Amino acid sequence: MENLVQIALQNVNLAAIMPSLVLVCFGMGLLLINVFLPRGTTRPAVWISLVGIVVTAVVTVQGWGNPQYGFSDAVALDNFATFFNVTFLLAAALTILMSDDYLRREGYAVNEYYPLILFTTAGAMWMASGTDMMTIFLGLEVMSISLYVLAGFFRGQSASNEAGLKYFLLGAFSTGFLLYGMALIYGVTGSTRLTEIGAYLNSHSSLLANPMTLAGLVLLSIGFLFKLGAAPFHMWTPDVYQGAPTPVTAFMSAGPKAAAFAAFLRTLEYCFFGLKPEWSAMLWVLAVLTMTVGNVIAISQTNIKRMLAYSSISHAGYALVGLVAANEIGYSGVLFYMLAYTFMNIGAFAVLILVGKQGEENLTLEGFAGLGYKRPLLGVAMSVFLFALMGLPPTAGFAGKFYIFAGAVKAGYIWLAIIGVLNSAVSLYYYLRVMVYMYFRDPTEDYAWISLPVSVLATIILAVIGCLYLGILPNEVMAMAKTAIF
Amino acid sequence: MLDSYLPIITLIVVALGFATGSIIFSRLVGQKKPSEVKLAPYECGMPPVGSARERFSVKFYIIAMLFIVFDIEVVFMYPWAVMFKRLGMFGFVEMGVFILILLVGYVYVWKKGALEWE
Repeated sequence: MENLVQIALQNVNLAAIMPSLVLVCFGMGLLLINVFLPRGTTRPAVWISLVGIVVTAVVTVQGWGNPQYGFSDAVALDNFATFFNVTFLLAAALTILMSDDYLRREGYAVNEYYPLILFTTAGAMWMASGTDMMTIFLGLEVMSISLYVLAGFFRGQSASNEAGLKYFLLGAFSTGFLLYGMALIYGVTGSTRLTEIGAYLNSHSSLLANPMTLAGLVLLSIGFLFKLGAAPFHMWTPDVYQGAPTPVTAFMSAGPKAAAFAAFLRTLEYCFFGLKPEWSAMLWVLAVLTMTVGNVIAISQTNIKRMLAYSSISHAGYALVGLVAANEIGYSGVLFYMLAYTFMNIGAFAVLILVGKQGEENLTLEGFAGLGYKRPLLGVAMSVFLFALMGLPPTAGFAGKFYIFAGAVKAGYIWLAIIGVLNSAVSLYYYLRVMVYMYFRDPTEDYAWISLPVSVLATIILAVIGCLYLGILPNEVMAMAKTAIF
Repeated sequence: MLDSYLPIITLIVVALGFATGSIIFSRLVGQKKPSEVKLAPYECGMPPVGSARERFSVKFYIIAMLFIVFDIEVVFMYPWAVMFKRLGMFGFVEMGVFILILLVGYVYVWKKGALEWE
């Protein structure tokens, strides 16, 4: 027993969880400060959470090129985790910037919003740096439970309640799949540590064809694919994304989605490299299905928030192509794409928040008629985001798709790349339609309700800069993404 | 290895048999003279008040939730207390962090007024 304590002490390496530790401390401190402030005072919470994110970002980037392992290798703060952590922090910061005015407008200026965003981000960080199934599961739960609350944050609105409840029930269900998969893999290999599972399967290659291993792999994948919103596990996405408060939707489709990709990628690569042909074939089908379902259904949407929900399904499909490719450029393409998607997606939602009007009544296509002339700056910004979502140069979306499809071609999946490009062509239709309304329709509204608060303006400007920088000079970030993968 | 489970299985079989046996036996042999009072739901010997299908105030659920949270806290403290001397300073600090996190929740709940009945 004496030894056990010593072992536990030696393996505790707080540096390996320092970023999330700082973030959680800020979140808890914020929770405490909030209750001592009068009701409806949210400005301090905004500032404190932003400071918390900046401090965490400073701590996070220390870890670049300086990997830390702790807790008996259950946590690894390597370049991979650091790259994703920066993505989560960016998503959280942009979300918080655009939230305050929106929440005030909708009459839900409640302080708990900000700590919940911080806790979600911390959970996402544990998922990205988890090298043990238990750590990944813990991170997933922390992230998901905060998100369930955030999705149902407008507790007086039935749509938001529906979103929260649906997300909770289906999320709990899918977590069951994930956990069952983990249990089966533990049963086969006798370990929850990802590297040990991989090594055990490698040295006992007869186990690779064992039905229990395969069932475990499939169940694990279902759990992760649900969080990614990949078809055929995408059914919750449109309702939840439409019903949740708009900033939460933006955050959900950027940060936590990237976290699921991070954990999925690490699990596949660490544990199941021996089954690469099998899971590649499985993900090939799912990637095609996800891209197609997302794009085809998005065409028939008239509500732009719902359209972006379906578009986020199709973007998960593009990123899955990188997992199918399973080579250096494919994996680093996924990392790059998640960062790029954070900028373009959150930017587009920020414009939606402004145009949306109180109660989000102005989210139809007609609501955007003539916006480009009445509000030229917003029109230009929205165009940049839409171009990025379409994947046209010189924006981040083009660079991201280019790397991912290049990875697929290099790995010999030429047809997959062709289907991906064809899908991008389909997506042109519904993205361009928004631009047609913005620039080629006479305005039916005067858009007098659009005020441009500094914080939302900052979000939009940052997102535009991100989209253009990653699109024009992608090499530097791509080189970093390449050193981040294993 | 399965031999060691034999007493448990025996106990389960005996328990199930005794329970079902008692029910069936009393059904067969027992006297049945129902009256209104006898058929009424049992409320600790008091005369029943109103219907059993009542709506409860949501306040009870908050209290129940809080009870579970802080109950679990104590559950974690028992094993720690048993191993206190061996875990030493390390265990003390770990438990301190744990209590601190719960304290944040406690202060939050308190200030939010969830502990006040009205």
